[in-house]
Amino acid sequence: MKGRVIFKTDEEIKAEALVSKEPIGFLGGVDPNTGEVLEGDIKGQFVKDKILVFPTGKGSTVGSYVLYQLKKNNVAPKAIINSEAEPIVVVGAIISEIPMIDKIDISSIKTGDSITLKNDTISL
Amino acid sequence: MYLSNDEEKILNGEQGEAAQKAMQLITALGDIYKADKLIPIKSVQVAGVSYKTIGDAGIDFIRFFKEKNAKVVVPTTLNPAGCDIENWKEIGFDENFVNKQKEIIDIFGSLGINTTCTCTPYYIGNRPGLGDHIAWAESSAVSFSNSVLGARTNREGGPSALAASIVGKTANYGYHLEENRKAKFVINVEADLKTKTDFGLLGVHVGKIVEKAVPAFKIQNSNVPEHYMKALGAAMAASGAVALYYIENTTPEFVLDDSPEQITVTNDDLQKAKDDLTTGESADLIAFGCPHCSLEEIKEIADIVKDKQINKKFWVCVARQIKKQADEQGYTETIEKAGGKMVCDTCPVVSPIEHMGYTTTATDSGKCAKYLPSFCKQKVIFGSAEELLK
Repeated sequence: MKGRVIFKTDEEIKAEALVSKEPIGFLGGVDPNTGEVLEGDIKGQFVKDKILVFPTGKGSTVGSYVLYQLKKNNVAPKAIINSEAEPIVVVGAIISEIPMIDKIDISSIKTGDSITLKNDTISL
Repeated sequence: MYLSNDEEKILNGEQGEAAQKAMQLITALGDIYKADKLIPIKSVQVAGVSYKTIGDAGIDFIRFFKEKNAKVVVPTTLNPAGCDIENWKEIGFDENFVNKQKEIIDIFGSLGINTTCTCTPYYIGNRPGLGDHIAWAESSAVSFSNSVLGARTNREGGPSALAASIVGKTANYGYHLEENRKAKFVINVEADLKTKTDFGLLGVHVGKIVEKAVPAFKIQNSNVPEHYMKALGAAMAASGAVALYYIENTTPEFVLDDSPEQITVTNDDLQKAKDDLTTGESADLIAFGCPHCSLEEIKEIADIVKDKQINKKFWVCVARQIKKQADEQGYTETIEKAGGKMVCDTCPVVSPIEHMGYTTTATDSGKCAKYLPSFCKQKVIFGSAEELLK
């Protein structure tokens, strides 16, 4: 599948998918110290070293800063895949140096799938 | 999006990591919103200042720019902090909170940002003119600059505004383009608009209806003071996400889309909006200054409380420079004699009043009334300054 590069996907990334069907709001939605998801359909899972797949961001703009904290605490996802990027997650990914791509039909991706991401292409 | 050679160089890191990061943010957002190019801006208002709202995560984020020796390249002002930086002890702010807040302000200061913390930068010298492109955060200031001053800005967030201040440019989309500045709604106001508070109520009501769109008002009043427009815009930006509005024969511009939708607003609509906002019975704090008071608004409050004793705590929130002017005019003395406090650098919404023993707050601001329940866990009493200080 081909998407739109939001940030730095020029090096190949291979990791397990963690898929949320609901939009994620990082402030209050993900613990910045542990990377545990605190609400929604993947509540209780950890984003660390996963390729985090969700439709789009939501909630407080402070969510960008939470992504930055996840990275500093070494519990950030390896990459982010969105259907449609919005500014909170985009800003968070860029400042935290987390590779990100959007315009992907995420309905065919399941939690646990092994995903390879390089440039504008992902393969399962 | 087209980038000039110089802009490409910044993106490639030739002017350091901070400028590169700022340029990455601006170009990524520009791509998402399909901007054609970057445009120079005259000033920036940065939000995300209160420790209460940004927390340790926000401190980590802005510290990155300090560590990389970033400097702003256009005049840049700062939103309210979470406490009065000088008079915090008397007002009752927690010392640990104050220390965190000072660290945040020091970091912003090291970037070259004017550290007067206010949501009304247009009262302290950051006042753009008609047609000026700017990159402002703070929804009430965005509305004021777009509508009352005729400047051009999107509703920036904290990080994107900071990035724009470091690069001196923003991406050309949204309210920077004339085609997006046409009113999709005409609001025919039959309701009586007597006080600033009535304009706030009108804003709360209309913001809910038009959401993100541009409304154009037709009202009976021929002379609308600037601070009444400030209250209208702030309320619409809080109950909806309105970034720009017009008032016929009042704002510098009045541009309608083809066949805009017509809406009528009556006294009943405003009464209903007022009833909806009121959730408390007896206030333990009366808070004025959302957005921060102008000197004229301070005078209005001083006139009401002159030679009276108000039996409740009441705050008048202002930018520090404006308080100095109020000191000189004697308004501060009048307000303090009546039992009030002039509170600088902060406002009821972004200060931690819920941890200071307050549970019900009275306000004359539609914006404040809208945010107090969610941001500060407060019950709300809404009324004009005269009603609240009776």
